[in-house]
This record gives sequence, structure tokens and C-alpha cells, in this order.
Amino acid sequence: MILRRTVRFLDERTGAAPLMKKALRYVFPDHWSFLLGEIAMYSFIVLVGTGVFLTLFFEPSLAKTVYHGQYAPLDGVHMTKAYASTVDISFRVKAGLLMRQTHHWAADVFLVAIVLHVWRVFFTGAFRKPRELVWYAGIGMLFAALLEGYLGYSLVDDLLSGMGLAIGYSVALSIPFIGGNLGLLLWGGPYPGIPQFESRMYIAHVLIFPLLIGGLLALHLGLIIARHHTQFGGKSKTERRVTGLPSFPGYAPRSIGLFFGVMSTLFLLGGLVQINPIWLWGPYDISQGTNGAQPDWYLGWLIGALRITPGFDLTIGNYTLVPNPFWGGVLLPMAVLAFLVLWPSIERRITGDNAYHNLLDRPRDNPMRTAVGFAVTTCLAGVFFAGAGDRFYASLAIPYAPQIWFWRFFAFVLPFGVFWLVRRFCEDLAAEDEAEPSSGYEPEPQSSA
Amino acid sequence: MKWLWSLLALLLGRGRRGAPAHVERQRLIPEQPPSPRGENIVLALLALAALCFAAFVAVYVLDRLPDHTQLLGLALGLGFAFAAAACIVVSRLLVPVEEISEPYANEPNVAQVEEVEQLVGESGSRLTRKRLLKVAALGTGGAMGAAIIAPIASLGPAIDPDALRRDGWRRGMRLVDSKGRPLSADHIESKSFYTAFPQDVSHDELWAPLVVVRVDAERLDLPHGRDPRLWAPEGIVAYSKICTHAGCAIALYRAPLNEATSARPALVCPCHYSTFDPATGAQVLFGPAGRPLPQLPLLIDERRELRAGGHFSNDVGPSWWGVRRGRA
Repeated sequence: MILRRTVRFLDERTGAAPLMKKALRYVFPDHWSFLLGEIAMYSFIVLVGTGVFLTLFFEPSLAKTVYHGQYAPLDGVHMTKAYASTVDISFRVKAGLLMRQTHHWAADVFLVAIVLHVWRVFFTGAFRKPRELVWYAGIGMLFAALLEGYLGYSLVDDLLSGMGLAIGYSVALSIPFIGGNLGLLLWGGPYPGIPQFESRMYIAHVLIFPLLIGGLLALHLGLIIARHHTQFGGKSKTERRVTGLPSFPGYAPRSIGLFFGVMSTLFLLGGLVQINPIWLWGPYDISQGTNGAQPDWYLGWLIGALRITPGFDLTIGNYTLVPNPFWGGVLLPMAVLAFLVLWPSIERRITGDNAYHNLLDRPRDNPMRTAVGFAVTTCLAGVFFAGAGDRFYASLAIPYAPQIWFWRFFAFVLPFGVFWLVRRFCEDLAAEDEAEPSSGYEPEPQSSA
Repeated sequence: MKWLWSLLALLLGRGRRGAPAHVERQRLIPEQPPSPRGENIVLALLALAALCFAAFVAVYVLDRLPDHTQLLGLALGLGFAFAAAACIVVSRLLVPVEEISEPYANEPNVAQVEEVEQLVGESGSRLTRKRLLKVAALGTGGAMGAAIIAPIASLGPAIDPDALRRDGWRRGMRLVDSKGRPLSADHIESKSFYTAFPQDVSHDELWAPLVVVRVDAERLDLPHGRDPRLWAPEGIVAYSKICTHAGCAIALYRAPLNEATSARPALVCPCHYSTFDPATGAQVLFGPAGRPLPQLPLLIDERRELRAGGHFSNDVGPSWWGVRRGRA
């Protein structure tokens, strides 16, 4: 009775009842791989929640202070307030370390989920018409999330974050023509920049990028609702009709359960598995560095790209035109971005297929796309592992220089073989399906819209 | 147990059946049998979750426990885990099983598409000089955009490449260690490596930190034009500590333990393993760096303390478009 009165109250004032009914009966096709995007979304919610908690204690300031806190080994050390307040969050603020570590873990899980989700969408062709815009919004979130994560651990001003910023500055500087001025503009002067640089990173990390990601997320979801979710074909699951669970009551408890599951995983990680113990790194100083430093996993491919680039600058006489960090730090990520953004158009151009696609491909159904996806993944995997070359060297005693050649081969030669192999494999699988149609499903004839 | 059931009945409105319905409505969701077992499991899981969340609050309030963070994470994580399990059981056993279906929108709204075009087209039917107006509007829009974007230039020194070339070293400036103590030539040992700064100047500038090492006389082979008496007095050389590749500090010194079999001594950046030879003006031996480390000429004063002999040999720090590779 109360429920009816509430709905009626709202309907009389907004006319929302039809919309509410529709929302309750929105169709969710069912497949485990469709949950990857949800895991990313729920990680984002945890990020916002823990992040707000951290802002209540973190001081985004490069002003110097002398530490006299709970952590005795740093007693009397000169450091910035940014670093000191983060050490305080870890040792003095109740539940502070739990929140900080959960925040860090959530960022790592957020990007794992996004990357797996991108793979799923790519290999099943879910990005095809009419869902290209959903794909673009998703790729936008991927790159925004990479930058957001980098900003997050750069704020702390421990030794590792400073080393990461020095590299970021060098990459900015390496951009042809504008690099020098871009670096000066962002940092407010030559590295390490003016004190306000910390405030600039802070506002970007806690407001601009979260808003951007949140906005793109809303767009992403709105666009999905506008054209419905894709589905794997099957009985009553066709190009014309979407079939699945209603959002309520069928789907809601699953999704809420997944949300709690994500929360559970992240808080267990945050409480039990140490991550980025910044008090061990010490405060940043431009004259210091440490061996074996690694960024968070999602930036591993960028440090790898910087490592395997041969030592060459584009030069004229006594002058450098394009410095080395450009190739790995700008060109490679831009190439990956371009590939991801352009792929839907490229595929449409190759296949000449302009029809609506609501049924998902299995990877074998489109050998060309699957082979391209595996080749690109192989390349990025090689670059990614090269980023950990110093670790392989230190912990497994594999000599560094031959390793770099191995990873170059892995990243830039192996993909061609992988492409050929995967395409063959997919074609064989598809041929088997042809011979024995019962193992696959019967796709409906295309509507030529 | 009994009171639990009655509570459940109350909550889920089982008693409603007793009251006569006004109108016998057709069900929207198909009727399905209850699952008392499922309800029991969910109740148990909810109780466990509540217990964990309460434990979290208790641990939080008690504070001074050992392994505080671990206990907090465990309590909160398990609480959510039980809550998640309860939700999954609800979705598996307690929610009506149904599959619904809806058509995809696979056709463009042809009529409306045309109407939109027509509406916009007809809206401009009073204009006679359309093209001119379009150009004027675009021009104004561009200027407006420029005006809005221009203040971004306040962020930093715009178009000032000399800001990147800053080199504060002057002839006679004393070299000190991180504690501010002067560096004596007699204390610079071979196979060891020293970080030095200019005296009485902020250490937070890229040109400030130096790496100082002593090089064997027979190995010394500086680039043409660098007189060893000024650039390597008594075999002591000083280079900028900031890597020319990506701006990290050159924090490693590869000094061979067994001269016969090891590689030659080298300065190494830990970030991407750019490797420089201190005996040859820090030429790149390995790694992604594109140019040598800038070298600082040195003087040894009458008190045997190290002083700068002038400016760096070339631009300090990571490279940019137009940076000088060699001598300025």
C-alpha cells in the first residue's frame, strides 16, 4: 500500500509510472562475460567512495614540513605536506590505511575489468552498428582511467611518484614542436615545476577526471539502454528480439550481489594485501632514484615502450628534434588509441557490412577480426613484459640487454605469426561448425536495413 | 525458529492471502512455488553479514587492537561477501524464474530524420546571404573560442624555451653534499660515486644535482675540446645527475669488481637503464638515452675543495624539440 502511494505520488508529479514499469522490465541477456563492465562500474563507485574519504585528510601541498608522526623511521625527515599527510592517513587516521589501500586496489581492479571488457566487446563484435558510440565512450573511459590512475599515485610525492612524474614530464617535453612549451605550461616552469603543480594535479584527480569518467559512464549506459544489450544467438535470441531476465526481480539481486562481491574483494585486498607502502619509499627528491621501480600494472606497457625503444632521437646537426620518449610514451599509446577508435570503421570498410548487429559473434565467426585482436594483444603483451625487464633481471638473473631484444621480437615480429595462426585456427573451427551445425547456433538471416 | 517464521511471514506479506482481494487481477509475474530452504539460507547469510558489519564497527571503535587494518578489512570484506552470497541465493532460489523478450529497434525513423532536416532547413528560409552569415558566425565562434581558451596560457611561461635551458652553475661555485658539507678532492675515491649540489642554492632544480666520480687516467678520453685539466682535474669528473632520457636521477654506478672480466664502469639510470661512460664525457653506452649527460668543468681550490669551473657542456635534463646535443 505504501509502495503504491509512493509511486502514485511520484507519477502525479512527474508522470514517471510508465518509465518505472519499463525500467523494472528492462531486458538483460545473460552471459558471464557481460558482467565485466559491471565490475568496472562497481569498482568506480568504490573509488569515488574511498576517494572522498581520503580527500578529507590529504593535503595537496608541496610546502615543506618536518615529520614527527607515528612512523618512527621517518621522524625528523624533511618532506612535503602531501607526503606527510599520506603517511598520516596510513598511520594516524583510523581506518585510513584500509581506505587508502582499498582505493589503490580498486584502481587496479577498475582497469583490469575495463581491459577485459574491451577484449570481450572487441572479440564478440559487440561494437558494431548500432553500438559504435557506446564503444567510443568506453575507449574514452579507458584512457581517462589510465591518466586518472597516474595522477592518483603521482599526488603522493613519495620517491616512486616523483620518478613517475619526471618521466611524465619528459614524455610531455618530447612531443614535436609544442613539447617544451607544453611541459612548461603544465608544470608552470621547468621540472619539478611550481608548487601549484600539486593543486593542478589534485583538481584534475578529484574533480575533472572523475567527472569526465562519470559523464562518459552515463553516456555509455544511456546509449546501451537506447539500443539494448547485445546477446549470443540461440532459441528466441535473434537479431530482432532481445531475450533475458527482467531487471526486476530477476536481474537486480544478481547485480547487487556482484556489487557486494566487488566491495568484498576490494576491502579484503585493502585490508589484507599491502599495496604501495609509501612510508618505505621515502619522500621524493629529484636527485634520488631507486632500482627496480615499477608503476601500477596498467602503466606497465608505457614503461615497457620506453625501455624497448632503441636509443635514437631524430636530430639535425647539433639539435634534437624528436627526443626518444616520444616513440614509446606518445606514439605507441596514440597508435593504440587510434586503432581502438578507428576499428569499427575499418571493419565496416573491409566487410562492407552496414547492417544492424544485435547478435554477438563468437571469436571464430570473424577470423580476420580475431586474428587482428590477438596480434595487437601480443604486441602490447611484449611491450608490457619489457616494462618488467629490470625485475626479470634482478629476480631471475636474466641478462637485461638480450632480454630487450627478446621483447622487441615478441612485440613486433611475433604478432605476424600470431595473426596467421589465429586466423587459421578460427577458420578451422568455423569449418568444423559447418560440418556439424548442431554444435553452433543457427543465426537468423540478416535484415538488410 | 517459530518467531523467525512469523517475522518472515510478516515481512514478505504472506498473511495477505487471508484478506480477500478486491479484484482478482491477472498476475504479471508467473506464480512459482516457494523455497523455504532458500529463505533459511538467505536469513542465515544476512545474519552473518550483519555480524561482520557489527564487528567492523566494534573493531573501529576499539581502535588499539594489533593488526587493526587487517581486522577492519576482514570484517568489512566478509560482511560484503555474506551480503553478496545472500543476493546470489535470492536470485537463484527466491526470485521468480522468467524470461522476457522485447524487440530490438532495427529501423531508422526515416520520417523524423527527414522532418529534422526540413525543420532546420526551413528555419533559415528568411536568410538571403547565407554563406556570408555562416562565415561570420564561424569567425566569431573561433574568436570566442580563442578568448575562452587564451587564459590557459597563464598556467606557465608561454613560448619561453630558455626556461628549459636554465643552468645556474658559475665558475667558482662550491660543490657540497646533500648535508651542505663541501666536497674535498681527496675524499673522492675511485669505484665510488658521490652526489653533489651547488652551495646555498635550492636542490630542487634540474641543473643542481651532480654525480661526481673519479676515473682512471688511462681510461680518460673526453670529447674533443674538453681539456682534462679543466674537465677532469686529477681524474675527477662531474656530470648532471638528471638523465637526458626521461629525467630520472642517475642513481646507479656500475663499478666493476673484477676489472678483467666485467664491463667498464658506467653511470646507470634505474628508470630505463640508460648507461653512460664517465670516462668519455658520459657518452651513451646502452639504453634509450639519445645524448650524453651534460658535463661540468671542475676546479680544485687551495683547500682541495671542488668548485665549478664554469657552465655545463650542454643542456640539462630530458630533451625537447631544439635541445642542443653537444657544446653550447
